[in-house]
Amino acid sequence: MNYTYYPGCSLEASADSYDKSLKSVFSDLGLGLSEIVDWNCCGATAYMSVKETVSLAISARNLALAEKAGLDIVAPCSACYTVLAKTHKIMAEKSQLFDHVNSALSQVGLSYNLGCRVRHPLDVLVNDVGIEAIAQKAKVSLKGLKIAQYYGCQIVRPYATFDDAENPVTMDKLFEALGAESVYYPNKVRCCGGMLMFTFADVALKLTDELLRCAQENGADVILTTCPMCQANLDMHMDELQQSYGHSYTIPTLFFTELLGVAMGSSISQMGIDKHLVPLAANVAKLLETKI
Amino acid sequence: MAPKTVQQLDDRKPGMVTRKESELRLEFLNQVMDIPGGEKINRCIQCGTCSGSCPVSYAMDVQPRELIALFRAGLIEKILQSRSIWICASCYQCTSRCPSSIKVTDIIYALKRIAMERKIYPDKFPVYALSAKFVDNVNRYGRNFELGLMMQFYLKTDLMRLFRMAPMGFKLMKLGRISIAPKRIRALEDIRKIIAKADTFAVPRETHKKEYIEGMIGYRAVDGEVPDSGGVQR
Repeated sequence: MNYTYYPGCSLEASADSYDKSLKSVFSDLGLGLSEIVDWNCCGATAYMSVKETVSLAISARNLALAEKAGLDIVAPCSACYTVLAKTHKIMAEKSQLFDHVNSALSQVGLSYNLGCRVRHPLDVLVNDVGIEAIAQKAKVSLKGLKIAQYYGCQIVRPYATFDDAENPVTMDKLFEALGAESVYYPNKVRCCGGMLMFTFADVALKLTDELLRCAQENGADVILTTCPMCQANLDMHMDELQQSYGHSYTIPTLFFTELLGVAMGSSISQMGIDKHLVPLAANVAKLLETKI
Repeated sequence: MAPKTVQQLDDRKPGMVTRKESELRLEFLNQVMDIPGGEKINRCIQCGTCSGSCPVSYAMDVQPRELIALFRAGLIEKILQSRSIWICASCYQCTSRCPSSIKVTDIIYALKRIAMERKIYPDKFPVYALSAKFVDNVNRYGRNFELGLMMQFYLKTDLMRLFRMAPMGFKLMKLGRISIAPKRIRALEDIRKIIAKADTFAVPRETHKKEYIEGMIGYRAVDGEVPDSGGVQR
């Protein structure tokens, strides 16, 4: 199976390991990814706050470029995933905006005719490949690993396409099939604060503090995430959390593809897990290095 | 009866709106109606599911449920001056749970856009600064340049936090998680053309001629019709 790939800006910098691990896992499973040539930023939440039609038009340029290939688009960043899906949906439902956006795209010889389906890699892995098929290819058992499965907001909201909006389970099932245990994590779709970490840091720190505390107190070894923003917020602000709340956390937050890659036989460093600020505990690292 | 002036605000009857307020309402309604399903704002039952679900409502001065209520009461200006619209992190929990299918998050986006256009925010306001720098980045490179965005943003708003974050920045750099130079896309000219054209479709500013009139109450204030009898009719 082949897909069009839209990495998004974060995967070129702070979430570099998400990009590498995703490509590695897809290649191990025989899935093809061809990156959209010369893609641009989706606009994220920030552009939408300033100009609506413009933000839809720049986002739609990517859809227009991808449409030619006729394949589903894989967008790993939750914000990109939601923005691209939202652009498609708004254009499908509002003919005026459809016309406006296409009129803007026609300036450079492009048009978007609603021919793309935006997918999250978790959706592709679980529904196109299948949990059993993935488990059969696993080379490392995750038995003994306790995971807080953190989905975050934008892959299940506002469009819950492949999983439940309140209690998603796809990631739980995938890693349970690989031997891991999912700890009770009622915060699985709670917001990490996103860009508030820059604008109202006190508000965002409180949210990340709750997410980390819940995971750590419930005995998780790692938090798994599907989003670059969540990973950054949960990984990078330990000093500030110590100063603000006096709480110190030792729980690392990994991209789900990193752990999946390790289960498929790649090493911890190949998957970029050593690039996070919070390191894996020694016993967890050892567990992940033991092949079946 | 003679039109009242804004100075006489305190005399007004419940639900009455000023001329400025009525302009805001029109602009707001235009923006909300642009959202698919935007018209559902009329269906709010004031249940408070949005406020209860919002992970940051504790930090808001006006709760999400109150935003809708204030709109009905004719007080958009008060909404635009609140801290709430800037606290929203767009997690869509309210939108996902609303029993009346109101797109609360998208409505807050619309409110942010109006407030930004009218410059209703304090000087060096971080949300505006971040969004403006982000837009600037995308227009300049076609992609977001994380390091550049952060530097520009903190230089403008909070120099101290830039210093506090510097050690973490160096650690990230050592780990190869920061790219030092922006990546420009090749089709930058295309992006600029698309933006220029799309910008011409922005909702036009309404030039509402009506003065502060007693009959313009609640939703009636936005359809431009003033009832003959005037006065409160709810």
